[in-house]
Amino acid sequence: MTKGFFTDSTLCIGCKACEVACKEWNQVPADGFVWTGRSYDNTGSLGHSTYRHVKFVESVRGGLPAWDFSSDVCKHCERAGCMEACPTGSIVRTEFGGVYVQPDICNGCGYCVVSCPFGVIDRRPEDGRAFKCTFCYDRQKAGLQPACASACPTESIQYGDLDELRARADARRLALEARGIPDAVVYDPTHTNVGGTHAIFLVRGPVTDYSLPENPEMPSIRLRGGWTSALLGAVVIAGVVALAF
Amino acid sequence: MAVEFSTDRPPSPLKPPVWTWEVPLYFFVGGVAGLSAVIALAASLTGEAAATVAAARGVATAGAVVSPMLLIADLGRPARFLYMLRVFKWTSAMSVGAWTLAVFSGATFVALGLWWLAPDGPAWRAALAAADLTAAGAGLVLATYTGVLLGATVIPVWAAHHRMLPFEFGISSLGAAASLVELLGGFTVPLNRVAMAAAAIETALWVYRARKPGSGTQGPRTANHAPRTAHRAPRTAGLLSGPTALILRLAGLAFLPARAGAAAAAIAGSLLLRYGWLAAGRAKV
Repeated sequence: MTKGFFTDSTLCIGCKACEVACKEWNQVPADGFVWTGRSYDNTGSLGHSTYRHVKFVESVRGGLPAWDFSSDVCKHCERAGCMEACPTGSIVRTEFGGVYVQPDICNGCGYCVVSCPFGVIDRRPEDGRAFKCTFCYDRQKAGLQPACASACPTESIQYGDLDELRARADARRLALEARGIPDAVVYDPTHTNVGGTHAIFLVRGPVTDYSLPENPEMPSIRLRGGWTSALLGAVVIAGVVALAF
Repeated sequence: MAVEFSTDRPPSPLKPPVWTWEVPLYFFVGGVAGLSAVIALAASLTGEAAATVAAARGVATAGAVVSPMLLIADLGRPARFLYMLRVFKWTSAMSVGAWTLAVFSGATFVALGLWWLAPDGPAWRAALAAADLTAAGAGLVLATYTGVLLGATVIPVWAAHHRMLPFEFGISSLGAAASLVELLGGFTVPLNRVAMAAAAIETALWVYRARKPGSGTQGPRTANHAPRTAHRAPRTAGLLSGPTALILRLAGLAFLPARAGAAAAAIAGSLLLRYGWLAAGRAKV
């Protein structure tokens, strides 16, 4: 049964309980204390020791300042760049539909880091392995919600069957429209080779304000062009050597 | 009261590569070793001087020893290096490369052993030929796949050049391999031909790039375009392995010491090319 996250940022109050709960449950190490100067966001981004990141988005809306909050997380892509790139087979799909890094197999090659179009996964320097949101795989197996969903006081982070969450997101968008909020969009990139994600978002305004790429592509889209170039190179090299000798 | 909230664009979400100096050095060493094996095969088949064959085999084998060491050193958990061979995945250029290196190393050692021991008999000769062919085939992949590896990522400047990098890496390694075998085993006519052809192709690439800055880029446009300075090191590398090496090679037809200079330029250019592209990828993500 495919599970998912639906993060409705119109309900988010920026309390960061999700960040704290995630760190506590997964025993994630501290990853620095930096005043970023970006509103109350001193976490900065998702990374090897941050699996939930609350974004504070300042913008101007209708001539007035607007302040939106959204809790970012690993997208658990339907077709995941990190998983396709992983040469050890460490990154796998779980029975709940999440993308999971097996920490006893990862040897820290770093190829997943440059294969994620959302910039989620990273290598932890002191440890050597790659880390990202586990979807609280251990909690899922025990029939519980992920820690962030459990901790969220406004139910901005919702967890459940992906189909139901997608329906809920669309319904919520329409409900907001009816209430005079026309700029809410559901972020679920099904139009690229990622093929949709298991963590969908409802955000107000342009998705790029939330550091969400409009057209995230899994990098294996460039494999055919790359190998063709390699083949051409090999043919030219073999030809040159054969003719020269 | 006017309130000014910041509306500047948030930083790019992409993560920069975590690779350090071992990786571009491996790209260079692996490429030179791989194509030295191709040269060794051609040299043995056409009955070239023993010094040339020995030098080519030596470079290939030395590279087969050093390359895995470099890759293992770069891993976050080096002790788990064998996990690279747990699975084989076409979708991962790194998986294809790890297996190719394993095959290359094995074949190169077997070939060197058989060649050096030189046992009698058609079966042994056939085994040597098989090992040489395997090493050469794997070597062709080794010299080009690293370009595929870089291109099939989300790093904008690499992704934009995914159709050029494998070819360029291959040709660059060809010039460097021929040059290194020359310096170690002696200047011969076939090696000069190979190195000159490689330099000519590199020159053509360099001219094409110099005429149209940012040309040869393909792929989706991203929010953060890599600045032109990101291309400076690769362009300098191309200048060394292309026009510089070619001019010195042509001069070398009349004045032999110029060939040594050409060889040095090709090797330096090949090394700088790898470092330049890695630096470009890290520069602005």
